[in-house]
Amino acid sequence: MYPTRFNYESPKSIAEAIALLHQGGGEAKVLAGGQSLVPMMRLRFAAPEMIVDINNIPGLDYLTVDADGTIHIGALCRHSDLEKSALLTAHQPTMAAAAPVIADPIVRNRGTLVGSLCHADPQGDWSSVLMALGGSVVAQGPHGRRSIPVADFVKGPFQNMLAFDEIAIEAIVPAPKGIPNGGYLKLERRVGDFATAGVAVAVESSQGLIIRAGIGLTGVGGSTINATAAAQSLVGAPLTAGSIAHAADLAAQAAQPRSDHRGSASYKRQIVKTFVVRILNGVVESIERAA
Amino acid sequence: MTSLNEEVFPDQASNVPVRKVTIRINGENRSANVEPRLLLAHLIRQGFNLTGTHTGCDTSNCGACTVLFDGQPIKSCTMLAVQADGHDVMTVEGLATASELHPIQEGFKDEHGLQCGFCTPGMMITAKALLDENPDPTEDEIRWALSGNLCRCTGYQNIVKSVMWAARKINNQAAN
Repeated sequence: MYPTRFNYESPKSIAEAIALLHQGGGEAKVLAGGQSLVPMMRLRFAAPEMIVDINNIPGLDYLTVDADGTIHIGALCRHSDLEKSALLTAHQPTMAAAAPVIADPIVRNRGTLVGSLCHADPQGDWSSVLMALGGSVVAQGPHGRRSIPVADFVKGPFQNMLAFDEIAIEAIVPAPKGIPNGGYLKLERRVGDFATAGVAVAVESSQGLIIRAGIGLTGVGGSTINATAAAQSLVGAPLTAGSIAHAADLAAQAAQPRSDHRGSASYKRQIVKTFVVRILNGVVESIERAA
Repeated sequence: MTSLNEEVFPDQASNVPVRKVTIRINGENRSANVEPRLLLAHLIRQGFNLTGTHTGCDTSNCGACTVLFDGQPIKSCTMLAVQADGHDVMTVEGLATASELHPIQEGFKDEHGLQCGFCTPGMMITAKALLDENPDPTEDEIRWALSGNLCRCTGYQNIVKSVMWAARKINNQAAN
């Protein structure tokens, strides 16, 4: 299995990469980790005329936290960088929980978070996580930069909001207003398989009350699902067994799973419900421990 | 420097220019002219005749094609050969010296870490990266590290034992 023929370009700067994309006129594709793009090209689901390899652009592999807690993830920050990051363990529990369960350890050495967002696979873990966190993608094109919320960035299966001559240069997780908490749980038949279902929960609490919540669902719909009603039901109150069960029910209702070889639709809904409860019970424990 | 300088798959006409890549592979610089669409696994096998690297699933699932890329395990069927230009690659052929097997290879031999042997190069390369980073891994850490490499014969039990054997041997060598 070989990809169709393409011209390979390896720019040394973002400006050069954008110029190449512009010149490619919609038939050029950015290559970062390549862990989804290269298999798709081999299977000929994708046949770009030009590959713009951004791996030789210096300074895109960062993972930084601002003084206020805003997290920046550069376009070449690999899953394994996130997995090994003490910074995430300290500042962002939902991301810290997701990083070790992305694909498999070897794929994590190449694949990138920003690339995963751009790929917009309904089975992609990071889209759910960043959606739950209210994150955004910074796109740079010939006319400058713009920031796009992840909830809007993912348009549908394998579709994102980028113009053909824009590059997603970083993802941003906004500064928390309370104490960040949450988690990511994924059911997979074996390591590296697509998720049967996955749930990302991100909450912020202050004085025992939930002041912000987000829930993203992986693999249970035609695109990543933002379970806003479930998340909103948690805001303004402390977490109780009742509020957790209610949010879990709403999240299960928001899921739009299809029956397939990984499980029936009702089974997947049940997984979503169970995972929401498990993550939020963990949050309760962690809040109690901290108190 | 050994220069291969051969076109891989030169049979079909193409208007895409070939590119010269030079890779430091198992400590030796080797060059080849390649089409951009050539995958690293195919350059290693067909271009450089290092057939220890296997291609199993061809879809970045199985890990049989794992090589070290600048010291980190990657699936060579999922990287373009042109991307490896100027980088350091280690294949399973780089483990043994002229006179002795690497402790990981000895471990796989001693603990019967293989049956058909197809996944073994990828397993050993991934184990190498693990032991380089964590010389005394627990069983769980070994299973975690090898979770991207599939074996359809052994049930993994003896593969894990092989890596533990290698870790003990390497640590004993270091202590003496």
